[in-house]
Amino acid sequence: MNETSNVSKSKLHGLWALTNRELKKWYKAPVVFLLTIIQPVIWMSLLGKAMNIGALIPSNIPGVDPQAVLRATLGTGDYFSFMAVGMITFTTLFTTMFSGMSVVWDRRLGFLNKVLSTPVSRSVIVLSKVLSATLRSMFQAAIIITVAILLGLQFGAGFNPLNILGVFAIIFLICMGMSSLFIAINIRSTRIETPMAVMNLINLPLMFASNALFPINYMPDWLQAVANVNPLSYTTDAVRQLLIFSTDYARLALDFAYVGIFAAIVTTIGIVLSWRFLNK
Amino acid sequence: MSEDVIKAEGLTKVFNHNLVAVDHINFSVKHGEIFGFLGPNGAGKTTTINMLITVLKPTEGEASVLGYDIAKEANAVRNIIGVVPQEYTADEDLTGYENILLCADLYGIRREVSKKRALDLLELVELTAFKNKRVQTYSGGMRRRLELTCGLINRPKVLFLDEPTLGLDVQTRAATWNYVRTLKKEFGMTLFMTTHYLEEADALCDRIAIIDHGKIVVVGTPEELKESLGGDIITLSIQKDVDITGLVKKIEHVKEVKKENGSYMIKSENGEVTAPLIIEALRKEGHVVTKLSLMKPTLDEVYLQYTGKSMRDAEESREAVFTQRMTVRRARR
Repeated sequence: MNETSNVSKSKLHGLWALTNRELKKWYKAPVVFLLTIIQPVIWMSLLGKAMNIGALIPSNIPGVDPQAVLRATLGTGDYFSFMAVGMITFTTLFTTMFSGMSVVWDRRLGFLNKVLSTPVSRSVIVLSKVLSATLRSMFQAAIIITVAILLGLQFGAGFNPLNILGVFAIIFLICMGMSSLFIAINIRSTRIETPMAVMNLINLPLMFASNALFPINYMPDWLQAVANVNPLSYTTDAVRQLLIFSTDYARLALDFAYVGIFAAIVTTIGIVLSWRFLNK
Repeated sequence: MSEDVIKAEGLTKVFNHNLVAVDHINFSVKHGEIFGFLGPNGAGKTTTINMLITVLKPTEGEASVLGYDIAKEANAVRNIIGVVPQEYTADEDLTGYENILLCADLYGIRREVSKKRALDLLELVELTAFKNKRVQTYSGGMRRRLELTCGLINRPKVLFLDEPTLGLDVQTRAATWNYVRTLKKEFGMTLFMTTHYLEEADALCDRIAIIDHGKIVVVGTPEELKESLGGDIITLSIQKDVDITGLVKKIEHVKEVKKENGSYMIKSENGEVTAPLIIEALRKEGHVVTKLSLMKPTLDEVYLQYTGKSMRDAEESREAVFTQRMTVRRARR
C-alpha cells in the first residue's frame, strides 16, 4: 500500500486532534466541568451581588442620587452589571493560565516527546493549547452572560443581540493572546512549580490593575498607567460597550485594535518560541 | 540504499554546556535487526534515542535514519519511524481505541484508513475486547501493548522502543517480548531499543551495544559478547589427587585450565561439546570424574567485564527520576 495516499498533506494536521484531546479532559471529567461552570457563578454572585457599591452612597443627602453617582463613575447605574462583565475577563484570565500548566504536564508525562517525534508541526502543538483554552473560555463566558442576565444584568440602551457575537470575538482575541503568553512563559519549564508560581505572582495584580472591578479614572496615577496598557482593560471595556453601555463605536474600535494587536504579537511570539525551544 | 538503517557518527549531546550525556558515539543498525542499547539508568540511552527520533538536536556529530539526516531532514525521519516511549503517554480518560486514533491523527492518516489499522493492531496485541474501555482500567502490560500499537499506526520502517518493559513484572515482561517479536515479523521492521534489563537484551536483541557514561563500550551479538569472555566455564573434580592440567589443555576448544581448591576451572568455547570430550579423555587415562558442572556466561559477566562494575544506576536528573517513577507506578497498577 502506498503510504502517501493515506496521509493528508495539510500543514495543520493534528491541530483538531490535539485540541480535542485537551477539551476531552475537561468535558469528559464531570467534576472539573462542573467546577469550571460553578466557579465564575460564585465569583459573580459574591463580588457582584454581595458587594453592593451603590449601597455605600448615602441616599438621604439631598441632591445626591446614588444612581446618578454610579452612572457618572462606572458608566452604568448598576454595579452588578459593571461587575458581571469584569467577571468574564476574570474567568478568561484564569482559564488561559492553565494552558501554561498543561505544557509542563505534557512534558513531564512524556506526551510532549511522543508528539515531537511525529510529523506534527511544532506550531500546531502550541496552537492546539491556545485553541483549547480559547474554546473553554468562550464556553465559560457564555455561561456567565446567561447567569448574569438571569441575575438581572441591565443591558445598555440600544443593545442588539448581535452584540453578543462581538463579545465572543473580543474574548477569542484576548484568549489567544493570554494563553500564548502563558505558554511562552512556560515552554521551557520542566517543573510544575514554575507555572504555579507565575500564576500566583501575576494573576491578581493583572486583574486589579485593570478596569474589571474598579473604574480606571479613580485609581492612583501609577496604577492608571499600568491599567491603561493592560489588555484586560480593553477587553473589559469592549464587552461593556457591547453589553451595558450605550455603545461608543470609536472606543470599541480602539479596544478591538488594541486587543487584536496584542493577540497577534503574543501568538506570534508563542509560535516562534515553539520552533526554538521545542527542538532542544 | 546502503544496508545500514541507522547510522551514527560522532553523535554527541551536551546539556547546559557541561553535562555530557552522549559522548561521540558511532554505531550502525542493519536492516531487519533488533539493536539494543544496554546500560544503567543515566548512561545516555534515552538521550540517544531522543536524538534519533528528532526530539533532541545533537550538539555534535550526525546520524541518519534510512538515509535521512536526523537534524536536517527531521520531518522525513518522523514520517518513517514509530516511537514507543518509556512513559505511558496514552490518555487515561480516553479509551484505547480513541488513543490510537489520536496517534493516527498526529501522522495525518486519513480516518477511514486509521480506523481499520487501529482495529487490526488491537487484534494483534489482543486488546480488541478492551478497545472501548478507558485506559485508566488497563493493567501495566495492557498499557504497554497499547503504546506499541500507537507506535505502529503509521506503518513505520524503523521502530524505536525506549525501555519497553520498564516496571513490568517478569511474566508480563516475557509476554511483551512476544508481542514485540510478533509485530516485528508482521511488519518486517528494524527495531532500535534501549533497556537496562540484561535478560531483556539477551532475549530480544540481535545485537547489543553496551553504553556507559555516554560512551559505547562494546558492540556485538549477545553470543559474541559472552564468548568474548573466553567461553563457558566447566568445573570438575576427580577422584585421585593428581594434576591433570596438562592433559586437559590438549583437548580441543579448551582455552585455560586452573586448579582451585581441589577442583579444576576450565574455560572453553562450546562447553557442552567440550565437556564429554574431557570426560572421555580422562577416562582413557584411568581417572574417574566425580563432579562436573557447566556454566554459560551471562550478560551480567559481560557487563562486569566491560564496564568494570555490575549494573547500577548512574546519577540522574530530577525529571528523569520523576518520569521513571511515574512509569513504574503506573505499570504496577
